[in-house]
Amino acid sequence: MNAELWGGLITGILFGILMQRSEVIRYDRQVGAVRLVDMTIIRFMLSAILVGTVGIYQLRELGMIELSVKGTVVGTNVAGGLVFGAGWALLGYCPGTAAGALGEGRIDALVGMAGMLAGAMIFAEAYPYTQTGFLALGNYGRITLPDVLGADPWLLIVGVSLIYLLILYTLEKLKV
Amino acid sequence: MDNKSRIAWNPYLAGALAGLLAVASVAIVGKFFGASTTFARLGGALEGSVLPQHVQTLAYFQKYPFKMDWQLLFLVGIAAGSFMASIWSGTFSLTLFPDMWKHRFGTSVVKRSITAFLGGILAGFGARMAGGCPSGHGLSGLMQMSVSGYISLVCFFLGGIIIARIIYGGRYEA
Repeated sequence: MNAELWGGLITGILFGILMQRSEVIRYDRQVGAVRLVDMTIIRFMLSAILVGTVGIYQLRELGMIELSVKGTVVGTNVAGGLVFGAGWALLGYCPGTAAGALGEGRIDALVGMAGMLAGAMIFAEAYPYTQTGFLALGNYGRITLPDVLGADPWLLIVGVSLIYLLILYTLEKLKV
Repeated sequence: MDNKSRIAWNPYLAGALAGLLAVASVAIVGKFFGASTTFARLGGALEGSVLPQHVQTLAYFQKYPFKMDWQLLFLVGIAAGSFMASIWSGTFSLTLFPDMWKHRFGTSVVKRSITAFLGGILAGFGARMAGGCPSGHGLSGLMQMSVSGYISLVCFFLGGIIIARIIYGGRYEA
């Protein structure tokens, strides 16, 4: 095993511990979020994103890292996103949390992972058809919010952070 | 196993630490969190072991050939870390039925297995079409203020809210 593989394993172990102990890998937490009754995973995700955004952009400013942004194609982002969401609500785990849920003994996560493999195989058949027509609409390449708005990243980081904090504050007020 | 260790960690603290971990991963190994690409690589490898000629005709699997990479080990690590943490805290539990599911749909193995498998198919298909999952689009995407991340994450939740409403109904009974 080289350094990259060890990095993946160690990072995964730490991430798995954090997700297991905060219970965000559980079906009840994830389906609780889409049923709008238990927003534990939103607290976890937005906290990670708040810290992560500042860290990533700080390291980038220091020239230590480069961004690795996924391409925006509005058609497939929206359609794929909605299909993913539907499957997520049925299964109760996403690809990363399914691995974690399996680790804490949830057999349904293993069944779901088998389904994800099948889903990837079916997508490989459908892939050519997703490259044309309405699914290919809105192909803007690897864009970020600062690119689109032409604004200073730090100004936008303050902006999105305030929005995240407002969402978290609202969740606390609503006690969900 | 004392009761104290069963208390869940604060999601704000655990999330913030996960954010630091994600930044450290980018700084040290140059890798952003992600999970669903591995399912494409494994799916292609699995199909290729049965239908090698057919897989060679699929552009998608040519794009994502199987490889032992950072992300595969990341997923193995998540399962291992969760296993260790659940054993330490006495929260490991071998089951097919989540509590919320059991409360609403009972303990039919067939019903839960079919729903989980179908959900997995849609989640696997959808994540590959969208170009990522809640790790790659959600966490890594939003940390970079990526436009595809915002669009996809909102749609993950929209799709989830609609289907959860259909299968569980509007009323919530704790």
